[in-house]
Amino acid sequence: MSQDPPPSEPPESIRERLITMMRFTPHAHGLGLHVDSIEAGRVWGRVAHKPELIGDPETGVIAGGVIIALLDHFCGAAVMAALRAPQPIATLDLRIDYMRPATAGQDVLVMAHCYKVTRSVAFTRAVAYQDDVDDPIANAAGAFMMTTSPFPGGPMP
Amino acid sequence: MSARAPADAAVADVLKRIPYAAYLGARADQRGDELTLVLPFSERLIGNVALPALHGGVVGAFLELTAIAQLSVSGKLDRLPKTIDISIDYLRSGRPVESYARARIVKVGRRIANVQVEAWQAERGNPIAALHGHFLMPNGADA
Repeated sequence: MSQDPPPSEPPESIRERLITMMRFTPHAHGLGLHVDSIEAGRVWGRVAHKPELIGDPETGVIAGGVIIALLDHFCGAAVMAALRAPQPIATLDLRIDYMRPATAGQDVLVMAHCYKVTRSVAFTRAVAYQDDVDDPIANAAGAFMMTTSPFPGGPMP
Repeated sequence: MSARAPADAAVADVLKRIPYAAYLGARADQRGDELTLVLPFSERLIGNVALPALHGGVVGAFLELTAIAQLSVSGKLDRLPKTIDISIDYLRSGRPVESYARARIVKVGRRIANVQVEAWQAERGNPIAALHGHFLMPNGADA
């Protein structure tokens, strides 16, 4: 299944697209998801600590659900960073292993990598961590579907 | 160990105690031992403005929350169970309407619980997402 790759989008344009994607995704914006850096197929980012994102009031630790949203969102962002042109995608499945609770009151960082894109599916993995990427809070593996239906509202911003 | 509130109050308490549950706007509907979590639609849950669709992370978080609430209620736990691993299947895009989720506790061992959760919207038979996962029980099954 070989085909000539179309001319790729300049990195600056990908970066702008991802930042726009964060800003215009109400839930990402609400959680305060932030893109730190981008390479082809790889995105680094974070969610800042906020009191409303706490999952266990006894410990003050960030909710597991926030970690899910963070990992899902950045896995999707990594797919965007791997595509040569904007294309709508949808999460097919997401597997998350929790290694340890997050340290309370501290930002959670994320590193996501889209390591394979086929015609219909993109495969990703991501890690959520705080001080040390080798001491992860959670690992994720996610598959994304390229949705063929055009957006009713027009192309991706 | 302190006296416990009746089961109905307990599940509402579990959700109220979790700031992120309040942020999502999730509430519980308990009939007997049957617990349904309800997630009213809100703009801030949107992940795709063009469709529009709920954020995949919102759906995942809602499923995980349902598992934790069901385990807390069924096990009469004083502390929340901790998630070990979860696997989420996204079956349909979440439309901008109210969502529901119910958990089935497959097995509770002395330390580990195995749980399946399904979320749906207008039609119970057309789930939008499913989760299965393992949770670490804080006080064991006999608590």
